[in-house]
Amino acid sequence: MNRSGVLVRLIGLLAIIGIVGTYWMGLVVTPPDVFQGNLVRLVYLHPPVAWVAYLAYGVTSLASIAFLWKRTRNLKWDRLAASSAEVGVLFTGLTLVTGSIWGRPTWGVWWTWDARLTTTALLFLLYLGYLAIRRIPGDRYKVGTRSAVAGLVAFIDVPIVHQSVVWWKTLHQGATVLNPSLSPKIHGEMAWTLLLGFVSFTLLYVWFTIKRYQVASMTDELEDVEVDRMIRERLESDGGVLSGGAPRAESNFVDGGSLK
Amino acid sequence: MFHDAMIVALKDVRIELRSKVLLNQLLPFVLVVLILFGFAIGTANQTLVQVSPGIFWVVAFFAAILAVERSLSVESDNHAKEGLMVYGLEPAGVFLGKLIAVMVECFAVEVVLGLGVVVLYGVKLHGVMLLILASLFATLGLASVGVLFGALSAATKVRETLLPLLVLPATAPVLLAATKAWEDGIVNHSGIGDPWLGLLVVFGLVFLAIGLVSFESVLED
Repeated sequence: MNRSGVLVRLIGLLAIIGIVGTYWMGLVVTPPDVFQGNLVRLVYLHPPVAWVAYLAYGVTSLASIAFLWKRTRNLKWDRLAASSAEVGVLFTGLTLVTGSIWGRPTWGVWWTWDARLTTTALLFLLYLGYLAIRRIPGDRYKVGTRSAVAGLVAFIDVPIVHQSVVWWKTLHQGATVLNPSLSPKIHGEMAWTLLLGFVSFTLLYVWFTIKRYQVASMTDELEDVEVDRMIRERLESDGGVLSGGAPRAESNFVDGGSLK
Repeated sequence: MFHDAMIVALKDVRIELRSKVLLNQLLPFVLVVLILFGFAIGTANQTLVQVSPGIFWVVAFFAAILAVERSLSVESDNHAKEGLMVYGLEPAGVFLGKLIAVMVECFAVEVVLGLGVVVLYGVKLHGVMLLILASLFATLGLASVGVLFGALSAATKVRETLLPLLVLPATAPVLLAATKAWEDGIVNHSGIGDPWLGLLVVFGLVFLAIGLVSFESVLED
């Protein structure tokens, strides 16, 4: 295995160890909250998951800009945008579910029309639309361009999500860690647990995105190999124009059958 | 850019005037929906008056989706889009032209809808200046996103179903702000200092800018 492969495995391993550590600290080490009781333990999970969702969309947007900009136009940016968006949708879904589980005992309802909650749900739908655009068949560069523009438009919603607490002043509590004075409101082991949660889920995001990117690259490669093979077969059946000296088009992807 | 925009806008409006799809289909459609909401919600106890801003904007949004869909479908028939590019029109001009034409159609729909809620629901319009400005910027935001996403999905066979999925979540904040601005105008008699109007202005201008900048990439598609 090469060095980058080892690094990816290390990131994955650290992410899993970190998440197990977050659970252990969150469930065993830290005390219940004075007001929220054991419900506070969900706080070690919900903000890190939400942060990863926003981070993923940020990466998608930057990669989309890089793809749209002619100097840096490269399919690797499109793959990165797509991979990050898929992970982002997963984590937005988790954000909504964990928020809902917390909201039921705290606010008495599974769902409330709170600004940040509603906007996060819209963000989820927006990126589902983005993924739907990605599924429209076509030339890779066309798909990339369409998706990049859609990704940029969708990204405009992210600052609205964060600012909506300020704009619409509703039920959701204000930002705990990233409040304007930058002085976190929680202390001691609770803060460390939350910090560990943030680091672990960020590592998990990096790991997922790299893995998804690798799958996307291999899918593209497989498509190219398949197209080459079909062209070759066609030419050979039409009289063998390329028979003889041309290199074989089949690859391990097809022969091995692992990616069929 | 503005010259190109006027060419495209006049072309689209002319197509609309000749085909009369707006007059014969879109306007009757919005009136039918207004009447259906009357049946669904009931006419007692001023409920219709209270929910009329919401109904107005939801119907306006659906009508706008239809207008955008139609505006882009005329370009995908007979490779008309390639024709626009061959003529050497600026992409930003094409975007602006399409946007103006869709906005004109949306305003026509909104005028009929406005008359509809006044006549059918018994709404008394107050803060007319706020209502007009809110409509202007809400339509700008809605049409900008609509034309951009419409062009993105124009090449596909699933355009009709994909377009609402893309446009409606993206413009949901516009719907929220437009409804609130209309509520403030009709119920609270607010003036043009209404904060929701500010939100609509920001949205409209941001989406307009994004459309102008990115339409070249979309047209190349």
